[in-house]
Amino acid sequence: MSAAPVASRPLPTPRLPGFGVSLGITSVVVGALVVLPLIALVVVVARAEPSHVMEVLGSERTLMAYGLSFGASALAAILSAPLGLGIAWTLVRYEVPGRRFFDALVDLPFAMPTAVSGIALTQLWGPSGVFGAALQPLGLEVAFTRAGVVLALIFVSLPFVVRTVQPVIESFPRETEEAAASLGADRVTTFRRVIFPALRPALLAGATLGFARAIGEYGSVVFIAGNVPFRTEIAPLLVLVRLEEYDYAGAAAISTGMLVASGAILVILSQRAKGLRHG
Amino acid sequence: MAESRDQHARERPHGLGLAVAITSIALLCLLVLAPLAIVLVEGFADGVGTFVEAVTDEATVSALVLTLTVVAIVVPFHTVFGIAAAWLLTRQDFRGKALLGTLIDLPFTVSPVVSGLLFVLLFGARGWLGPWLRDHEIRIVYAVPGVVLATLFVTLPFVVRELVPTMEAIGRDEEEAAASLGAGGWQILWRITLPRVRWALFYGCVLCGARAAGEFGAVSVVSGHVRGETNTLPLHVEILWGEYHTAAAFSVATMLAASGLVTLVLRSFLERRVRASKRAASAAADASAAVALGEDTPMKGALS
Repeated sequence: MSAAPVASRPLPTPRLPGFGVSLGITSVVVGALVVLPLIALVVVVARAEPSHVMEVLGSERTLMAYGLSFGASALAAILSAPLGLGIAWTLVRYEVPGRRFFDALVDLPFAMPTAVSGIALTQLWGPSGVFGAALQPLGLEVAFTRAGVVLALIFVSLPFVVRTVQPVIESFPRETEEAAASLGADRVTTFRRVIFPALRPALLAGATLGFARAIGEYGSVVFIAGNVPFRTEIAPLLVLVRLEEYDYAGAAAISTGMLVASGAILVILSQRAKGLRHG
Repeated sequence: MAESRDQHARERPHGLGLAVAITSIALLCLLVLAPLAIVLVEGFADGVGTFVEAVTDEATVSALVLTLTVVAIVVPFHTVFGIAAAWLLTRQDFRGKALLGTLIDLPFTVSPVVSGLLFVLLFGARGWLGPWLRDHEIRIVYAVPGVVLATLFVTLPFVVRELVPTMEAIGRDEEEAAASLGAGGWQILWRITLPRVRWALFYGCVLCGARAAGEFGAVSVVSGHVRGETNTLPLHVEILWGEYHTAAAFSVATMLAASGLVTLVLRSFLERRVRASKRAASAAADASAAVALGEDTPMKGALS
């Protein structure tokens, strides 16, 4: 007897059991841990005096902190893009001694607790650190300046770029490159005209993910930042400062601004991804 | 097979390629390897004696105990939640699935500080439930329950995110076959689903546990830094660093860095297993599709 007729006969597919139990557990956990706290945030902002919320959001200190968090995150994402592309390209295409080790190393910023990364970066780039001391004769300071914030945020956003671009390079068809070469294009032209356009969407997506993550980053940045109000104070730290003053509404307002920004970024990103798939 | 083809395609860099390779690897070392190295170097900078002293200090031990307690609560919790949520998202059909997925992913996009703040707004002295909690002498914020809640929030997506793609790749066929033969829900889960996703589940738990042990921002907000009471290892590192006990701070940090390194090693080991189980699933699906279409495949010969 052949298997074909049995398999092609439409079987009545039974509904899998467990809907009630899985829905119950999931909705209780998500409701208590995610929905309820978010409602609390919205209500605290909504119930606060509008003049107070505007005062906090419009104050120079908040605007400077937002400016630093968004600006440094954007700069870190822009710098991570070529660096991440280079690392991903090297790991996929080249025979490098210790390639497995370097490949695993890319994930270290994900795996290392942020406080550990924070003190390690500060120790390295601080005035008495290995790199900090080397830069001092040149008059360059990294730790406790805005450059330090950008450096820590590059550390944070780099893995997002590498891990988003890497699979696209891996699946890029060799035939296309060979075709370009056979038509007389040199390697640089092939990269610029054929490969890079194919990688650009992934590169942009990776940098955007890194940017969204960098906006809220706290542990890796707070040690090296210096935390001087108006100069090197990041937005998440200002949330903590307001909270310590028992200004719940102010802390919630600053947080809402950060949430709306990173939410908007991720929505734009998923819309773009959808557009690419359909277009 | 795929591995050997992969190896074959790699070329020895030369010219401009060599410059790209050297620059990339050098910057990777400068940015990522150097911080890891400095933790180990500084941790033992004042000798093994100082290291042992810092690690066996009473405050460090109590921080370690709290951190392990938090991990011991959070990982089993999210194992159960992860299986339930992944079953719901991949094995059931209902409206609002996309919304549920978004809500589960949400903690990834929320700043750790904001995550902690959410729970202070709910349970803090001036929060929603603050007065009621005070009347009943229940402490959540600035106490251990707050630390656990904030960590549960931050680690919510980890197990689900590993399980969902694997379960989607495997598909429902075998579970539906078992159900039509009269197997119950628990039987299907235990005998069919879990054995197939065990590596993805384990991997998700490793990521969840590592993050739970290392979480800093969210825990920093809700803990109140009560030494010997609500201090986790990352918070203890911060305190030592702030008091200029640099060597001690790095000694304690080596314990956390070690957990990060174990995660990395397990990650490269487990990711290959998870990928292999997905590949096996899709190969089996291809073969059965080919059989159903009556194509001539080696599998068909074996079946008929």
